[in-house]
Amino acid sequence: MTVGAPAKWGLRTLGLGYLALLLLAPVAMIFYKTFEHGIGPPLEAMTSSDAVHAIWLTLLMVAVAVPLNTVFGVGCALLLVRHRWKGNAVIDGIINLPFAISPVVIGLSLFLLYGSGGWFGPTLAEWGIEVLFSTPGMILASIFVSLPFVVRETVPVLQEIGTEQEQAASTLGASAWQTFWRVTLPAIRWGVAYGVVLTTARVLGEFGAVTIVSGSISGKTETLPLYVAKSFEQFNEQAAYAGAIVLALLAFTTLLLMSVGGRRAKSQSQTNPAGGT
Amino acid sequence: MAIAVEGACKRFGDFQALDNVSIDVPDSSLTALLGPSGSGKSTLLRAIAGLEDLDAGRVTIRGEDASAKPPQKRGVGFVFQHYAAFKHMTVFGNVGFGLRIRKWSKQQIDARVHELLRLVQLDGLAGRYPDQLSGGQRQRMALARALAIEPQVLLLDEPFGALDAKVRKDLRGWLRRLHDETGVTTIFVTHDQEEAMDVAEQLVVMNEGRVEQSGSATDLYEHPANEFVMSFVGEVNRLGEHFVRPHDMQIVLDADEGTVEAMIRRIVPLGFEVRVEVVLGDGTDVWAQLTRTELQRLELREGQIVHLRPSQAKSFSGDSSSDGHGASTPRGRQGGDDAEVSAAA
Repeated sequence: MTVGAPAKWGLRTLGLGYLALLLLAPVAMIFYKTFEHGIGPPLEAMTSSDAVHAIWLTLLMVAVAVPLNTVFGVGCALLLVRHRWKGNAVIDGIINLPFAISPVVIGLSLFLLYGSGGWFGPTLAEWGIEVLFSTPGMILASIFVSLPFVVRETVPVLQEIGTEQEQAASTLGASAWQTFWRVTLPAIRWGVAYGVVLTTARVLGEFGAVTIVSGSISGKTETLPLYVAKSFEQFNEQAAYAGAIVLALLAFTTLLLMSVGGRRAKSQSQTNPAGGT
Repeated sequence: MAIAVEGACKRFGDFQALDNVSIDVPDSSLTALLGPSGSGKSTLLRAIAGLEDLDAGRVTIRGEDASAKPPQKRGVGFVFQHYAAFKHMTVFGNVGFGLRIRKWSKQQIDARVHELLRLVQLDGLAGRYPDQLSGGQRQRMALARALAIEPQVLLLDEPFGALDAKVRKDLRGWLRRLHDETGVTTIFVTHDQEEAMDVAEQLVVMNEGRVEQSGSATDLYEHPANEFVMSFVGEVNRLGEHFVRPHDMQIVLDADEGTVEAMIRRIVPLGFEVRVEVVLGDGTDVWAQLTRTELQRLELREGQIVHLRPSQAKSFSGDSSSDGHGASTPRGRQGGDDAEVSAAA
């Protein structure tokens, strides 16, 4: 489709205006509000013991949930793409559940399962394992809500690279394990990396499910998003804004690491000038 | 025999890809599996490499039953139509892959990879990535990679299929020379009969999952076992029950014993060779292949009534297609050379 110059500029303005109004303005507002009186107040808010605990707890969620979901996601994508069988459609549907179900409902379902009247709750309590209102439950919730991302990003890349490279590796003597590490994984790394970024962002920001299973106890089961919400409710706006900024910075750092890594890999492959005979 | 396949069967759903196929490939030979798409030639090659499991049958490589062995243990080098280059590795990394898997030392790998890159004329491009190479260069890299592990047999699946005509022709001659130099038993798959005849010593013609005939290019051309082989390895005219090659269709101006009356429909000059399309009395369209000199001597023109004298006509009585069932030796059956074909007129 071709459009004239005025229409082109009109569309651009509309697009940018939409983004500015809905995405940039709120984020900019948070930044403005946080640093309205300089760096002192937000710094002070973020060094309180509750805030520091919330940051550490959030990072712990990421450190546990993201690797687990990455390993599961890549394995599951391999299963879905490389081993065709009738059950695949069912597995595929189940993987999408976290996208379809509201996080609050996910939280409730975990509550029902692990609560004192649930299926697993009493048994686990006998063994001295507390799931609800403690870290294990929050990790379970985080894993649940962020499970589909790596699978969803890896499946199309796996389909695209096909099986010939893997077959070539096998004729050259590589075992299945060697083929995976040396051929398959490097070929799908961008899909996986993007899935990891999305998973990380989701775990960092998860609110609904974690609120329900954690009970949001300050200094104990309060992650950064919960901390922000609670501060806001208690009219401690300075802490809320500062917390929001830290969350944004963490997400931003993830994206940055990803794109810096990407550029390095790209420049590496371009050190030799192209040209053919 | 370097490679023997006995009674190979393979079915994909409703599709019978291989139907009781047996072939023998002599040591150090260069063999072509030739056939139209869907004839089972690639499936047979992949079965030899272990990339496809057979439903029935046996694959023997150098006297050892390889049927149950995984591809890693068969000692085959495999080259794919679309190169299957490891895109994240340099040319050096690609060619050295099998050696790293075999835990060779750095110096050994370095020496071997550079030796191979010289052999395939890619020295100097070791640091390139596959997407910085042309198609022909990529395929040569893939070949070097397959040769690096010193395979007992080299298998190539339509190796030139994705390349343009010029590069294709260069690589053919080049594969031929490479085979002469290395002496490794080689099988390659192609649907191009000219390519197969140009490169291979032995041809195995396949159709609908079966071997129709195998033998040298001359065998197949001169003594085709059936109609399929005759029409697949060259051009052919059908005159009733008989088959005649266009260059065996002599055009004469006067009727004689054994000639058929025909009208010239069209004359197509193709350089040295001229294609004369004629229609017979019963409406059959056939064509004759003449040289430019012959055409000038006869002073032929479109619309002219001439007489055809077919020679070397062949007929294949009975159900010829099932004759080739599992055939592994040339089975040329000549159906009456210089047969009278006046009945066709």
